[in-house]
Amino acid sequence: MTDTLSTISEIAIYVVMGLYVVATALFALDLAKRSAEGSATTTVRSAVERRAEAGAAVATGGGSANAATATLVRPTESARAGSAGIPGSSRMLRAAMTVTTVAWVIHLLSDVTRGIAAHRVPWANMWEFSLTGTLVIVGLFLAANLRWDIRWIGTFILGLVCVLLMVAQVRYYVPVVPLPPALQSYWLVIHIMVAIFGTGFFALGFALAAAQLGQSWRERRQELSLPPVLPFLKSLPDALTLENLSYRVNIIGFICWTFTLIAGAIWAEKAWGRYWGWDTKEVWTFIIWVIYAGYIHARATRGWRGRPSAWLAIAGFVAVMFNFGIVNVFFHGLHSYSGLTN
Amino acid sequence: MTAARGTRTSQFDRTAGGDLLPSDHIDTVDDSTRDERGAGEASVGNLKLGPLGWARWFWRQLTSMRTALFLLLMLALAAVPGSLVPQHLSDPNGVTQYKLDHPTLYPILDKLQLFDTYSSVWFSAIYLLLFVSLVGCIIPRVKHHIDAMMAKPPKTPVRLNRMAGFRSVVAPEGTDASAAVAGAQKLLKSQGYRTVVLDGPRGEKSVSAERGYLRETGNLVFHIALLGILIVVGIGGSFGWTAQRIVTVGQTYVDTNVNLDSFNPGRWVTGENLPPYSVTVNDLSVKYEKANTSAAGEPLDYDASVTATRADGSSYDAHIKVNHPLRIDGTSVYLLGNGYSPVLTFRNPQGKVVASGPTPFLAENSNMLSQGVVKVTDGLSKQLGVMGVFMPTAARDANGQLASSYPGLNNPRLSLTIFSGNLGLDDGVPQSVYELNADHLKQIAGPAAKTPALDLGVGETAKLPGNLGTVTFDKVERYASLDVHHDPTQGWVLVFAILILGGLLTSLFVPRRRMWVKAKTDASGAVTLEYAGLARGEDPRLDEAVESLASAHQSQLAEPRLAGAGTPSEFNETKA
Repeated sequence: MTDTLSTISEIAIYVVMGLYVVATALFALDLAKRSAEGSATTTVRSAVERRAEAGAAVATGGGSANAATATLVRPTESARAGSAGIPGSSRMLRAAMTVTTVAWVIHLLSDVTRGIAAHRVPWANMWEFSLTGTLVIVGLFLAANLRWDIRWIGTFILGLVCVLLMVAQVRYYVPVVPLPPALQSYWLVIHIMVAIFGTGFFALGFALAAAQLGQSWRERRQELSLPPVLPFLKSLPDALTLENLSYRVNIIGFICWTFTLIAGAIWAEKAWGRYWGWDTKEVWTFIIWVIYAGYIHARATRGWRGRPSAWLAIAGFVAVMFNFGIVNVFFHGLHSYSGLTN
Repeated sequence: MTAARGTRTSQFDRTAGGDLLPSDHIDTVDDSTRDERGAGEASVGNLKLGPLGWARWFWRQLTSMRTALFLLLMLALAAVPGSLVPQHLSDPNGVTQYKLDHPTLYPILDKLQLFDTYSSVWFSAIYLLLFVSLVGCIIPRVKHHIDAMMAKPPKTPVRLNRMAGFRSVVAPEGTDASAAVAGAQKLLKSQGYRTVVLDGPRGEKSVSAERGYLRETGNLVFHIALLGILIVVGIGGSFGWTAQRIVTVGQTYVDTNVNLDSFNPGRWVTGENLPPYSVTVNDLSVKYEKANTSAAGEPLDYDASVTATRADGSSYDAHIKVNHPLRIDGTSVYLLGNGYSPVLTFRNPQGKVVASGPTPFLAENSNMLSQGVVKVTDGLSKQLGVMGVFMPTAARDANGQLASSYPGLNNPRLSLTIFSGNLGLDDGVPQSVYELNADHLKQIAGPAAKTPALDLGVGETAKLPGNLGTVTFDKVERYASLDVHHDPTQGWVLVFAILILGGLLTSLFVPRRRMWVKAKTDASGAVTLEYAGLARGEDPRLDEAVESLASAHQSQLAEPRLAGAGTPSEFNETKA
């Protein structure tokens, strides 16, 4: 029974990977289409024109001089026109979303069968963590789209998930084995699940921060009347909107991470006899926490909002990936649950 | 826009909304002239600063957002090396190994305190500066926040159209300005706002409302709880202690410092007043995976059945498992390791028992190949030092070497290398019970002697070379490696951790906002209603909030009876 189910899980994940690749391609084609349309309709307006418009915006009370919060800044008419100029939904995009949704359902099936095969939650080793983690990332992406239209980030998210799954398949795959005594605790369910969700939110926040950086680069070039870059970004929200979105997602991730840190400490006390011992994994979880704490502070520090804080969000997610992919495997520590034998 | 204030009493500036925050906080009023003055203070140029001026300047720098951010990032960076090289704290054996592997690099890294990263001077300096900066930041903020919670919402701005979500609506004919404002006040109150009704200079009525004080409260609680953890952890290290004890099944240990194998007291612990309970290990059951070929021999369960006896004599049975420590008399007893204790009996040539008992052997690998040392000091014509290798399931490996192929007891064998001579135990130099210094001993059985190592199965007896007597491998018991910890501050750390989480949630998700509703009556008696809000901190839904307030108020006005519900005396009520 265990073998049958874990085989089903494995076959399903191959199907999922194939579909995710297709979805990534469709998302990328959509961006290419936007790119083409974006550059076709580009008419670089003169700096004078834009300045005049900015002045008008200030006069009507929408100025950014007192930008204590983003909400004070209303999108200028040109920005609205920019996003309305290209339809937010193309056939390609709808197809991509459909493929992603179907793949996600199969992914869920793969994850659940793995769990049933192992008689436990499917996140007790690195392979299972990758399986569930990518499921959550795609799930959050789909869920976020119910609220905001951020389908354009699909290329990035699905691309990331494809890479993660492929690396996991090649490097982290282990057959179903029983839980070692140290992991036999209900904290396995809580601590790791919240860590997975934290990782998922950070992944989304990372993608948004990257989009924000691209957008702000494009905006600055436009400001300086330099030749346009990354024309597909024209159809995306402006850098400020992306930044706010990224922030909202990242703070949820930060809260999950804080909880995971605390839950991990409680568990460590029960399993290892101390709640904090600077184990390598603890160190990196702490480092990630501090980086995101820095990110939140940066958002509130004059001169650090915007691009610098976006770089911190990116650094934070790189650290998350490093913590998972490198620290687990190559660093000596107590969290050696990868199931891999070196 | 708030007018620049003439004097500044601290390094903190008010936000547009009135919060007290570091001067470079994004929410403080962006007043360029002020910044220039600040720069003038800092860059000495032709301006001379006295010692007090420098101190103030330094304090201002330290408590600025920029410094806090810099220190945070430094902290993250400084924590990295501790994960790259082994630490004395978490991996002392790793440090020893590192010293052997990198003889030239080790002294340099050691000088840099890299093997004690988290207690090093540089790491401590960063977090202490960070916390000083934090204290400097939160003390004035706490004071200001308490004042703010006592105060009434501020005056309604003259021009609301500069505020967020501004909208202006002409009220239905016959609307009374006072009644409309009273209605708005009622609405705002029901949404948890503190409100005050004010009369404007040109006869307009308005209600000024504020909510979300919990946001700043949560923020302060979060930061104070962080400080709390630092302090409590500092104290906990001084008042706690840890100890280790290996207990073979059937044995009892008493929780006194002489009875423990190792005892690591905190600075303020003497070790003389430990709670004198005792724990007897009745059984240690270990289960290994058998069915799953991918994990054959992996441990599935460790379960120590113990009898705990408190100081007052009352006793009870309990189980100690990996995720289930025994909590007794303020200490926690953890099962952190296990192994085998072969029971050996040494007899002299006359057959008299001179030494007998279990000896804990330390496991070398996952198949529990274990090594141990037995020292026989009395009763034989020479002192004996015995190095033993124990295999719970002995089998020849691919190279023909005897090894252990499974951690369970399928074919237990013991191989003994025996040395004779003076063990040096009477010299007064303490020796490890797990090590044998064979430098001055003569090997009488083993690879370097004429007699090969003695190979014994359970119940077997072998003759010691040189007619010294016999050794019998009676049986093998398991032992539990128990860690005993006492940390009086652990509960406090948990309390602060929960406060951190709670503070974080409220400070990030409770919106702090102001809301105004103003009713202007023009010469013809028509009433214009203005709605606007002001975010204090992140507040992505402010616009929505203003809109929903406006529409709720509009529908309230459409029902005239409700709009006039308040009595005139209520209009000037200020309390929320």
